[in-house]
Amino acid sequence: MSKRSLRSAAGPLEYLRRWPLQAWLVMVGLFLYAPLLTLMAFSFNDSKRNIVWKGFTLKYYDKVLQNDSLIAAFGNSLTIAAISTLISVILGAMAALVLWRFKFKGKTVLDGAMALPIVVPEICMGVAMLVFFAKVMPWPTGLPWPLNLGAIIIAHVSFSFPFVAVVVRARLASFNRELEEAAKDLGAGEFMTIRDVLIPHMQPSLIAGALLAFTLSLDDFVITFFTSGPDTVTFPVKVYSMVRFSVTPEVNAASTILIVFTVLLTALAIRLQGAAAVAGGHAPDASSK
Amino acid sequence: MEQSWKRAKAIFATVLGPPLAWLLLFFLIPLTIVWVYSFGTNVGLTEIAFTGTFSNYARAIEPLYVGIFLKSVGVAGLTTLFCLIVGFPVALAITFAPDRLKAWLILLVMLPFWTNLLIRTYALIAVLRTEGYVNLSLGWLWTHASGLMTMVGLSPLTRFEPLELLHNNFAVVFGLVYVHLPFMVLPLYSALDRLDRSLLEASLDLGAGHFRTMMMVVVPLALPGIASGILITFIPALGAYLTPDLLGGPDSQMIANIIERQFKRANDWPFGAALSFLLMYMTFIAIALQAMLAKRKTEAGS
Repeated sequence: MSKRSLRSAAGPLEYLRRWPLQAWLVMVGLFLYAPLLTLMAFSFNDSKRNIVWKGFTLKYYDKVLQNDSLIAAFGNSLTIAAISTLISVILGAMAALVLWRFKFKGKTVLDGAMALPIVVPEICMGVAMLVFFAKVMPWPTGLPWPLNLGAIIIAHVSFSFPFVAVVVRARLASFNRELEEAAKDLGAGEFMTIRDVLIPHMQPSLIAGALLAFTLSLDDFVITFFTSGPDTVTFPVKVYSMVRFSVTPEVNAASTILIVFTVLLTALAIRLQGAAAVAGGHAPDASSK
Repeated sequence: MEQSWKRAKAIFATVLGPPLAWLLLFFLIPLTIVWVYSFGTNVGLTEIAFTGTFSNYARAIEPLYVGIFLKSVGVAGLTTLFCLIVGFPVALAITFAPDRLKAWLILLVMLPFWTNLLIRTYALIAVLRTEGYVNLSLGWLWTHASGLMTMVGLSPLTRFEPLELLHNNFAVVFGLVYVHLPFMVLPLYSALDRLDRSLLEASLDLGAGHFRTMMMVVVPLALPGIASGILITFIPALGAYLTPDLLGGPDSQMIANIIERQFKRANDWPFGAALSFLLMYMTFIAIALQAMLAKRKTEAGS
């Protein structure tokens, strides 16, 4: 049946099967992927000038792996992302719960304030963090790793947890309150109901929120740029200083590693949740506002 | 459905406390300090006195800075327009794709978006620079075309002059479109996906062409979604720092670059604070405009 319909003429609304749209999609695909794919391909190019293909080599990967400051920056980025994700998921879930469940004075204000970190331009938030950690709460220097990353972690949590709250709240909307009543009828207290009934229902959104917080943290440059010090360099900040200097195959190799890492993370998310959930969980549904 | 907080005070306090405290201490207070600084003056190297002056804002409306604000709005507007033109057909294709393909097409749009912003910008540098891949390909075509012309007896072309694609305003808009396209496609898709398809079929049945159906039926119905796509693309583009910094030339500075300079190199925090808040007010105005449009739309519809 499906094979047959494939061969039939395109229906009026099957826009995907019309050639102008197909051509457009291919063009956009090229636009989005060609720069990244050439970047990856040329990381294997045996030429310092990095334009013409001179042969296959892995020497730039070797160079990256021997670049201690780059490896340290990558380690910092992963550590910051992991810790800030953990805190963001907890805070985000709490905020979602309180906004979904309770009626209280100032709820609209809190709702609006929670949206602020999402809409405020990154540069403004970066500046605010710079001022805060310079004047109000100077982060002590010389702390052992990973405590020295504290300021960056705090900044990352501040912009990630409202995103987690949005994702979790969307999921809570589909919760059947009768389940909660049933749990209470059967003798569960408030905390027990939350732990055994509500949190299991929230679980997919907690995973989606965690993935979102992790990528946001790993991706962030501007806010980190304003909070990082000379010995708390993250991967984007390090690559930035390398890129400012020049375009080198070494940066290509480091970038390729991170791209592969991102693709693997996405693949893992798809395995865990299915392609539709991964695609849907991140679609900003702002039009319903 | 909501419960009054008084009926479960312990839970309410436990769940509200930590996020509220975090938001206050690590977000609202820092922003407030910047706001206070915007009315201050520099005294000495690191001291800032709160004098309640408006001189920082007065300086921000000097022609030089007004020009940069206008330019930023122009660049962000142009970026949004291109994203809309490029993204609308993509959103349309995703909407009417078979279910199995849909999720994968969305992932295809999202994957570059999850890739590090800096890496994507760097990739564009490699593509656009004078000895980059675009110029290399054009040069190759040029030399071969030139060779072909000598073969057929024409005079060869002049030497290939590489195009200046990087470090100018073109590169900034190109880079911003590249980076922000997913921001536009996803809200467009979620708006188009909610459309009642029978309306489209009716329009086509009654003799309107595809283009006319798009303009007369789809676009008006999807207008709230289009508006939110425009907003979601415009706001980050307006505050963009990295793209103009790395891809732009000396005259492509946007507001964010000026703000960064005040805080890092020029060390004029009060002025930088005033600029930050002006940028933030512009963002809020954009959001308010969109909300007003959306409200008028629903009122007209009901």
